[in-house]
Amino acid sequence: MCDTIINIVNIVGKEVVRTVVGLIGVFIVVLGNAIMLTWTERKVAGHIQRRIGPKEVGPFGLLQSFADSVKLLGKELLTPANVEKPLYYLAPTLIFVPVLVTFVVIPFDGFLQVKDINTGILVILAFSSLTVLSILIGGWGSDNKYSLIGAVRSVAQNIAYEIPLLLSLLPIIFMANSFSLRDIAEAQRGVWFVVYQPIAFLIFFVASVAETNRTPFDLPEAESELVAGFHTEYSGMRFSLFFLAEYTNMFIVSAIAVTFFLGGYQGPVLPGVVWFFIKTYALVFVLLWFRWTFPRVRFDQLLNFSWKILIPVSFLNLLVTGGILKI
Amino acid sequence: MRVIADIVKGAYSLIVGMGVTIRAFFSPVVTCQYPRETVNISPRFRSHTKLVGDPENPDRTKCIVCGMCERNCPSHSIKKVEGEKKEGEKKKTATSYILDFTTCSQCGMCVESCPVDALEFSDDYNPVGSKREDFHYDLVKEYEKRKKTI
Repeated sequence: MCDTIINIVNIVGKEVVRTVVGLIGVFIVVLGNAIMLTWTERKVAGHIQRRIGPKEVGPFGLLQSFADSVKLLGKELLTPANVEKPLYYLAPTLIFVPVLVTFVVIPFDGFLQVKDINTGILVILAFSSLTVLSILIGGWGSDNKYSLIGAVRSVAQNIAYEIPLLLSLLPIIFMANSFSLRDIAEAQRGVWFVVYQPIAFLIFFVASVAETNRTPFDLPEAESELVAGFHTEYSGMRFSLFFLAEYTNMFIVSAIAVTFFLGGYQGPVLPGVVWFFIKTYALVFVLLWFRWTFPRVRFDQLLNFSWKILIPVSFLNLLVTGGILKI
Repeated sequence: MRVIADIVKGAYSLIVGMGVTIRAFFSPVVTCQYPRETVNISPRFRSHTKLVGDPENPDRTKCIVCGMCERNCPSHSIKKVEGEKKEGEKKKTATSYILDFTTCSQCGMCVESCPVDALEFSDDYNPVGSKREDFHYDLVKEYEKRKKTI
């Protein structure tokens, strides 16, 4: 058995095997995370509203998400009459690309990483912009005014929030002197960067809430005003791809926040991968907590907040950090 | 200066809000898991009326078949209040008392007008039926059934 595996590895090359195994692992993490998070979201929502949430399917309702996904898989894929077919079909597939790619560079542990690219954070930021492209073409192609409004809002929002997001990560890149996520996590062996950069952490977290389209910045979706925004016309598996992408994006932004500010996989006693998941899910819980606490902001408030507060403050933070590092 | 004060005040209000929700998160749930549990019915709850048993003779109800409730009912929901005088008893005993619950609005005129306080509201909060006739209750028969379970 062992010999066969070694033979196969020798024939196809170590890198290929590493990539394939890594991608399978990524798929497992993506699906498991989405299934767990839908359940957690409903439970958290329930307890914050002093209900108990799902409880009928399986112990504590744990199998509820499995039942839901079976239902969504079994549904007919409806295509409304006047949609732009190529765009309409492309959007749910396209939203899944950045999700898979960004997972490749996240360091779950010292050596548990699909591939350590030396410009890792640039890969993540470049690909995460694809999310807004797929929201735009999904909303555009749906032939529905609510979808179009949602898509347009998403674009304006992402232009506004991508900038503070990048500017809040730059000081960390200065301090760690590297774009690679593993180097950044390793640089925090002594002190976490959140101690040196609390303002950058806050700005990053706020901007990433907007980036993942979560409440209070869920304007592209806005159930109460735009029905469901950009995915109004989607049903069945296409809808669940959007949903899966949303929950995976929550995991990704939390994972980036952990890697950049909260020491990544560093921690005493427990193995690194456990620490990584504990920290990430603590941040994901904060995202869920936000959702069930804050009302949705108005569109002008959202843009004002970004352009007038977040961007100047993050610039200032960058300048001060650069100055201190130079001295 | 005002901008900074606004930001600080706004951030503080957000933290207060998060405190409210996290306290709710850790406090016990208040919902009742209906088919598994049932709620406590308040004593003032009004469902259909029921006849009260005679404390001296549990075989019969307090009803003396005077017909006051039938006459006072604003929507004529009470029908066939009939009874007979049994051997050795001073008062009549009800043998039939039909309440048409489909038209009853639980106003309580019958309960108020009863001279011997033989009527009261039951706490049957979830009556179900598949046809209209299921809600034509015979309160005497209902009392007989209830008497057996006591």
